Amino acid sequence: MFNQKNPYFAPTDKRVLIVAGHYGSGKTEFSVSLAMHLAELNRGTGKKLALVDLDIANPYFRSRERRKLLEEYGIKVYADVYDSEITAELPALSAEIRKPLEDDSTYVIVDVGGNDAGARVLNQFKRYCAGDHLFLTVINANRPETRDLEGAVYHLESIRHETGLAPDGIINNCHLLMETTANTVKKGHKLCEEVSKATGIPIFCDCYPEPLVKREDLEGLSEHLMPIKMYMRESWLDK
Amino acid sequence: MTEKVLMKGNEAFAEAAIRGGSRYYFGYPITPQSEIPEYMSKELPKWGGAFLQAESELAAINMAYGAAAAGGNVFISSSSPGIALMQEGLSFMCSAQVPCVILNVSRCGPGVGGIQPGQCDYYQATRGGGNGDYRIPVFAPDSIQSSIDILYEATDLAQKYRNPIMILADGMMGQMMEPVLMPEPKYVPTLEELPTARPWAVTGTAKGYRNVVKSLFMKPDELEVNVEKIFEKYDEAAKDLVRYETYNLEDAEVVFVAFGTLSRITREAMEILETKGIKAGLIRPISLWPFPAEAFEQINPKTKVVISNELSMGQMIDDVERCVKGRYPVRLIHRTGGIVPTSLEIVEKTMKILGEY
Repeated sequence: MFNQKNPYFAPTDKRVLIVAGHYGSGKTEFSVSLAMHLAELNRGTGKKLALVDLDIANPYFRSRERRKLLEEYGIKVYADVYDSEITAELPALSAEIRKPLEDDSTYVIVDVGGNDAGARVLNQFKRYCAGDHLFLTVINANRPETRDLEGAVYHLESIRHETGLAPDGIINNCHLLMETTANTVKKGHKLCEEVSKATGIPIFCDCYPEPLVKREDLEGLSEHLMPIKMYMRESWLDK
Repeated sequence: MTEKVLMKGNEAFAEAAIRGGSRYYFGYPITPQSEIPEYMSKELPKWGGAFLQAESELAAINMAYGAAAAGGNVFISSSSPGIALMQEGLSFMCSAQVPCVILNVSRCGPGVGGIQPGQCDYYQATRGGGNGDYRIPVFAPDSIQSSIDILYEATDLAQKYRNPIMILADGMMGQMMEPVLMPEPKYVPTLEELPTARPWAVTGTAKGYRNVVKSLFMKPDELEVNVEKIFEKYDEAAKDLVRYETYNLEDAEVVFVAFGTLSRITREAMEILETKGIKAGLIRPISLWPFPAEAFEQINPKTKVVISNELSMGQMIDDVERCVKGRYPVRLIHRTGGIVPTSLEIVEKTMKILGEY
């Protein structure tokens, strides 16, 4: 599934994509969109795709809230044992989370909580997919704390420090919600290039919100472009 | 910042409070606003301010009382049950005329309730849970930018009225993200300037005079004088702080009254109603106290029904009925428990109500 040719990222032999990043960088929208794209591409092939929601930092807007939609597309969702029953708000991660991580026949996207603090939980699970993963970090250049090279690298380093995992790829997810234009994405790409140059970590892909920005508006920017459909955002938020 | 940035509500609230002049924060973490103390602990020292994690909300409000009495610009925040614990302190601060900005990123109750958004602190905010005669101006923004704007202004309002000023947001606004513009930081008096800038404050006795900030008045006639004095300010606030927005009241057959998050879902519901040929209007109170009674005078005589739309069992509806004065039927559409209705749900309920008139 991740090793086949696709418009979103360079094929990889790894089986687990771990998505971390600064708080509010767009990890969840990215993870849900990527899972939906891959499910579409592999419809009817019988390949197994799972989304592991490891976000125990955020009380709202977590990928497991879209469990119904994801499961309609054949994506199995693993999360907190209390799932969307968040009133208890206990960071009670189920041992079941190991299941897709340890199952060689399941492809997995892991949606991690924000910042180094949110990524800490990976320490508990990283051994189950060691060596078989790509560790990706999302950067939104419009977030105040990752708007420049120094801030973006600081966050990347703090996540590396906390998890002991070396990032394998940078995801440019520069957006301004409904005010996003092609130039917004280009601005983010420029910052991610600088980060890539400074750290030696390649850009995994560039994201753009669909239908606000069109693929052709980003012609020449990058080989790997991923449209983000805002599955998590309620429509009234943009009235 | 001259360029828009993407901020989460809680981060933006904290940054706007700092830029509006707040320098002292006392608090205890509670979801869904824990990003605020976290942000303050990191940012306030950079501005020469102080962050202190209190042992409880009771301690926090009393630290706020003390620091503000000494002339500091104090901002505190919590969520519903935490704000409940602070009520006694708010009553004391009103009596002693001590300014403070307080933000409630509300969740759903009663009791410990849940961590999802609610508006069931309307009574708590507008009537107060503390004892005695007092009032607290309350503002309910509906977006992160409008929250920034009111928080930026709130420190000045608190100092002007020497009274707590409350901002009532909800968990949804605290947790969601929007593109925002941050205003330039305001000037804050230095410690040396405080005795001149805040001549009433307890800034030390080195200048040879003594200020007393207190809420204890043993003699009934002195207490009455103090209460009447603070109510002179409330009379002024009741005139000057009325804020609201109205939409399509001219030809509306149904008028919604909704604030905060829910007013935005209501606006989406109004668009859907329009496609069904139903003209809907909206009164969005921004100041919950003083409640914008004058907005209700703009309702057109052809309106069939006024609907109070709330994330509670119906609290604001008391004020709506007071202002409608029996001229139109008043009905309630609501969800509680932390459930935020969809616009379609509001449309369906509205159609059902309209069918009765």
